[in-house]
Amino acid sequence: MSQARRPKVAVFKFSSCDGCQLQILNAEEDLLELANQVEVSYFMEATRRALPGPYDVSFVEGSVSAPEEEERIKEIRQNSKILVAIGACATAGGIQALRNWSDVEHFKRIVYPNPDWITALKTATPISAHVKVDLELKGCPINKDQFLYVTAQLLRGKTPYVPTYSVCLECKARGTPCVVVTKNIPCLGPVTMAGCGALCPFYGRGCYGCFGPADDPNAKGLIDYFLSQGIDRGEVLRLLRMFTGYSEKFRKAVEEYE
Amino acid sequence: MSKEIKVDYLARVEGEGALDIKLKDGKVESLQLGIFEPPRFFEAFLVGRSYLEVPDITARICGICPVAYQMSSARALEKIVGISVPEDVKIVRRLLYLGEWIESHALHVYMLHAPDFLGYESALEMAKDHADLVKAALRLKRWGNRIMEILGGRSVHPVSPRVGGFHRCPKKDELEPLLSEISDVKKTAMDAIDWAARLDFPSLRRDVEYVALRHNKEYAIVEGKIRSTAGIDAPEEDFSKLFLEGQVPYSTALRYSIGGSKPYVVGPQARVNVNHDRLAPEVQDRAKEAGVSFPIENPYMSIIARVLEVAHSVLEAEEIIREYKQPRAPHVNGKPRAGEGAAITEAPRGMLFHRYILDEKGIVKKANIVPPTAQNQTSMELDLLELAPSLARMTTEKATLLCEQTVRNYDPCISCSAHFLKLHLVSE
Repeated sequence: MSQARRPKVAVFKFSSCDGCQLQILNAEEDLLELANQVEVSYFMEATRRALPGPYDVSFVEGSVSAPEEEERIKEIRQNSKILVAIGACATAGGIQALRNWSDVEHFKRIVYPNPDWITALKTATPISAHVKVDLELKGCPINKDQFLYVTAQLLRGKTPYVPTYSVCLECKARGTPCVVVTKNIPCLGPVTMAGCGALCPFYGRGCYGCFGPADDPNAKGLIDYFLSQGIDRGEVLRLLRMFTGYSEKFRKAVEEYE
Repeated sequence: MSKEIKVDYLARVEGEGALDIKLKDGKVESLQLGIFEPPRFFEAFLVGRSYLEVPDITARICGICPVAYQMSSARALEKIVGISVPEDVKIVRRLLYLGEWIESHALHVYMLHAPDFLGYESALEMAKDHADLVKAALRLKRWGNRIMEILGGRSVHPVSPRVGGFHRCPKKDELEPLLSEISDVKKTAMDAIDWAARLDFPSLRRDVEYVALRHNKEYAIVEGKIRSTAGIDAPEEDFSKLFLEGQVPYSTALRYSIGGSKPYVVGPQARVNVNHDRLAPEVQDRAKEAGVSFPIENPYMSIIARVLEVAHSVLEAEEIIREYKQPRAPHVNGKPRAGEGAAITEAPRGMLFHRYILDEKGIVKKANIVPPTAQNQTSMELDLLELAPSLARMTTEKATLLCEQTVRNYDPCISCSAHFLKLHLVSE
């Protein structure tokens, strides 16, 4: 390893809360170990040293919501051998994608006294809507263990395996009683991708879908079930329209009811 | 002679900001502390959401201090729906918040700010020569994170906090593992006071009014009255009356000032200046031994304020864990009704104000959020202006580093503030 050129790794931020980058920093000792094996070439949250591309692996946090971001993501793609989108913003648009069902001009007027000075795209969209993405790591935020595993695999030239089954399997593995069955709490676990370790049901609440749709989810079936159980229609639809609401599978399911 | 100090992308801050200062004959010709973080419009898309969804959503304003957003919004909303959180649940909130302070401050002190004092580009670089410092950082940060993981499920966007308390409060034995390394954590936190007090501080002094919450018993975090070093003493609801949002013709900044004219500072430095008598006695003693006196007026010494708060937080967290009893009920339910509520809590970076108006079904009609970095923005610029004469005498490289360090004194969270303001300041 010491003789070979160390792979250049970069971390970029788009419209986001910085939480996924913080999860990378939260990897702590493992991150220091990783930093010894790679060249951290660009990671503004952590270092003022910025090396030019090309990069072997680029991680991108955040969604594309401003005109300059549309340009920047194209440059990053050109400069990156492997591009990994990390987190709900980068893979589904994130919470700020709620503007996509509204009028951004109206939003500007709500927040800013002088809305004319604000430039923003009409929509906040995932990275894959703009450039080819090689791998997506889901979650709001990402799971740091998943990040470390995926990074290690990529650096070894292997294809990482990221589970695409639902949160329900993680609940079963953890031995958490189902909150839908036992408490009639609306939970997106059956249609949401695993990866968090089924945190919300363990804490006695329903999953809010922050890892986005699992493989082949029956979101419509789940909505119908919750409605048949007498759960408020607005509550059910808003639950699907949260951090990953703009993902195609959740979006289409909700739009059928509007 | 003219000089330009330009930083296109400020590193080791949360979010995206830039700095551009033009000097001519030792005077500032123009100064721009620009924010290019795109706005995300939280206050707009919160409209139409149920009050129960708000803390989950506002957490996403900031990945570094999600608990602060959850707590300010929960407390504001609880006032509307008639919830009084019982003491046994309040203490769990406080413990979670202490975890966030420890984690956020440890990150800033060691990984973001220390490299400025010691001359490195990052903590990763610094680790090669100062393994002990990085070890200290990791020990403290991990302990803070661990508190958040146990109470909240995860440290970034914890899932357990809610309006009325928590979805679940841990059993006593779930907290016990935190005590296994407590003596190391405590020693690290207390020794950090001596380390920080011995750093070399550039000199800078302005006449500043420091503002923080003040509590009659505790070191104020989750609740208190607004108090300043120049005599403000007011309930939290008065925030919008005291601190006015303003604009100047040459800037697109929303700025906050006392009564529309006087800038003020919030955050760790403001808090220790207002509340140093409420720090744990051991922390006060250690500070005195290390030669720290109050008020701390040099903004570079904000790093001392942060380590004092880390030490206090560790000691208080230990006490809470030792005396912890699982609350009888993890939360209290409210009754949706139309109304207005406002609350402030002390985010790691300073006072975080939230105000909501709900309709009779508990749906948000209006949201107003003022993050600490927005309140400190003017002071960051004034500090830079104050520095100008000395910057003129330095090499551009040295001047740039000093300017960056000056901005980092405030641990600015641009991700938070940019959703509420777009700054492009040009002083003529």
